[in-house]
Amino acid sequence: MDSLNFDLAEIPLRTVNTFLHKEAPGQSVKKVVITNPDGAHNIAVGLDFPVDIEVVGHAGYYAGGMNKTASITVTGSAGTGVAENMMSGRVHVKGFASNGAGASAHGGLLVIDGDAGLRCGISLKGGDIVVGGSVGSFSAFMAQAGRMVICGDAGDALGDSLYEAVLYVKGNIKSLGADAQIEPMSAADLATVKELLAAAGMDHDPKDFKRVASARSLYHWNADANQEY
Amino acid sequence: MSEKPISREESFGYDRKTIDYIRNAAAHGLYEIRGMGAKRKLPNFDDLVFLGASLSRYALEGYREKCSTKTILGTRYAKKPIELDIPITIAGMSFGSLSANVKEALGRAATEVGTSTTTGDGGMTPEERQSSKTLVYQCLPSRYGFNPDDVRRADAIEVVIGQGAKPGGGGMLLGQKVSARVAGMRTLPEGIDQRSACRHPDWTGPDDLAIKIQELREMTDWEKPIYVKVGATRTFNDVKLAVHAGADVVVVDGMQGGTAATQTCFIEHIGIPTLAAVRQAVDALEDLDMKGKVQLIVSGGIRTGPDVAKALAMGADAVAIGQGVLIALGCNHDSYFQNGEHRPASADYSALGTAPGFCHHCHTGKCPVGITTQDAMLEQRLTPEFGAKHLKNYLKTLNMELTTIARACGKQNVHHLEREDLVALTLEAAAMAKVPLAGTSWIPGVGNI
Ligand code: SF4
Repeated sequence: MDSLNFDLAEIPLRTVNTFLHKEAPGQSVKKVVITNPDGAHNIAVGLDFPVDIEVVGHAGYYAGGMNKTASITVTGSAGTGVAENMMSGRVHVKGFASNGAGASAHGGLLVIDGDAGLRCGISLKGGDIVVGGSVGSFSAFMAQAGRMVICGDAGDALGDSLYEAVLYVKGNIKSLGADAQIEPMSAADLATVKELLAAAGMDHDPKDFKRVASARSLYHWNADANQEY
Repeated sequence: MSEKPISREESFGYDRKTIDYIRNAAAHGLYEIRGMGAKRKLPNFDDLVFLGASLSRYALEGYREKCSTKTILGTRYAKKPIELDIPITIAGMSFGSLSANVKEALGRAATEVGTSTTTGDGGMTPEERQSSKTLVYQCLPSRYGFNPDDVRRADAIEVVIGQGAKPGGGGMLLGQKVSARVAGMRTLPEGIDQRSACRHPDWTGPDDLAIKIQELREMTDWEKPIYVKVGATRTFNDVKLAVHAGADVVVVDGMQGGTAATQTCFIEHIGIPTLAAVRQAVDALEDLDMKGKVQLIVSGGIRTGPDVAKALAMGADAVAIGQGVLIALGCNHDSYFQNGEHRPASADYSALGTAPGFCHHCHTGKCPVGITTQDAMLEQRLTPEFGAKHLKNYLKTLNMELTTIARACGKQNVHHLEREDLVALTLEAAAMAKVPLAGTSWIPGVGNI
């Protein structure tokens, strides 16, 4: 069985998700097309096998949440928490993404062609995120590991309380959060941005990006940083 | 010439404790962080007593007659509810705050007595999964170590909104406990002070929570019960919102609940006592006609069999214990057991500036009895075998006390204990628990004297 179609106007999402968890991995399904999502929440969450999923239309919250190895494309926009806690694989949103896109993702690649809302990449734990447009405020809050490439602008408090994640921004940064700082781009940074843009299928000059990383001044208790604890 | 008498009149407002606090604040410019729970005197289950059977009620024979303790949690939506032999569970405590040996001891003891253990911030260790027959996996704001494989491996999932020791506050694991293994599990550099967020990264209010819970259900094909844990504050409203969001089980953690490391000003000044919280939680379930459909677990200062019995009589379906469990393992004992002998630990307590019986220094990572530590030497002071044996005895004792009280109240099932079996010894307890003051039919705020 190579390709399957599920019409969410006809089939309950629970049936589709259960099939994707329990039966599809053993049936060598290669591609699944999900039509009429109509903003349904939790489409294709918890997948654990290499398969291409195409969601034709707009998805609600948590599309592709906790993904492992699958490649999921949403042809429209995605709601809050798209690809949250992704471990590996790829999630591609061709439209816009709402708040908390890629939250706490441990691995894999999240590509958003349009803009992303508040808190994009919050608590990031090793995943990569490439946003073709701009990201909202508090993006990369407490991001621990992983990389974010933002081709547009960033809102307020970018990278607040950053740990080891690194952010690359092409446009304006409205403000940096506590402990985040702009640093020079090294040759390795340029190569990273180039690689991530290529993986996302986006065309920008890596030299136009700024690097944002942690100043690491909040890594240990610091009596002079009283408002930051 | 006679010596001038020394005045020892202590100020009520500026007693020695307050003077110490101000001195410390002035010296360091930082608030104090410590472990364990509230130390102040609070109304608690000791302020309630049972009305045993006599002429108006028929008692069961204390040792022989059957008294069921079977407890089922998660019957609302989950295809596979949790079945426990006793209504006493182990509260969520992280690997990181506890050593791997301790986590294993908890799992072994819980499995032997037929109850569940719970992971904590920082994820699931293979040791605890292997040793725990029934393991509840916490989904916390930090999402440290949270991953779908462990979600699938878990028997239930607990979405943690807050903790009784620090409702509204995040967590802190000081650098000395962030060992290579802990750092690896949490994707953080080794040795840094690790902060845990106070809000979940991917949802913000009760309507979002409903969708988050559905995600966890979809992800696990609606098999596993989903618990929602709240720190006790506006408990009536919070329990209602948790039920509306789709929780199978609500866990309410009162302000006596412990922590591995939190600001003292949170521990002592935020939240409401467990006694008040359990009543509000039950009121909320009854108001929604969900009592018995959504199960209630109560935690925060549950120490003894009578505490368990009173919580159940107040309307809880089960309790969860953290600090009592640690004390059973040896917390605050003056010795530890290593290589076949008891060895004194008092000098190690002194080095921390404390003494056995007074310790709350879990945040330091230098636990004198090897419980809340990641230090390779210290953690040898508690083996899984020794810990499991003592914890099993403790849990068995609590369960025996629970059943013997239930029988004395004429119940063949501990879940048949009811509020009508209780009276209060103090006005505060009567008002909070809404049970009559002993010897009267008066419930402050409800009836007449
Ligand atoms: S003895 Fe250990 S577990 Fe107990 S309070 Fe002290 S440091 Fe914490």
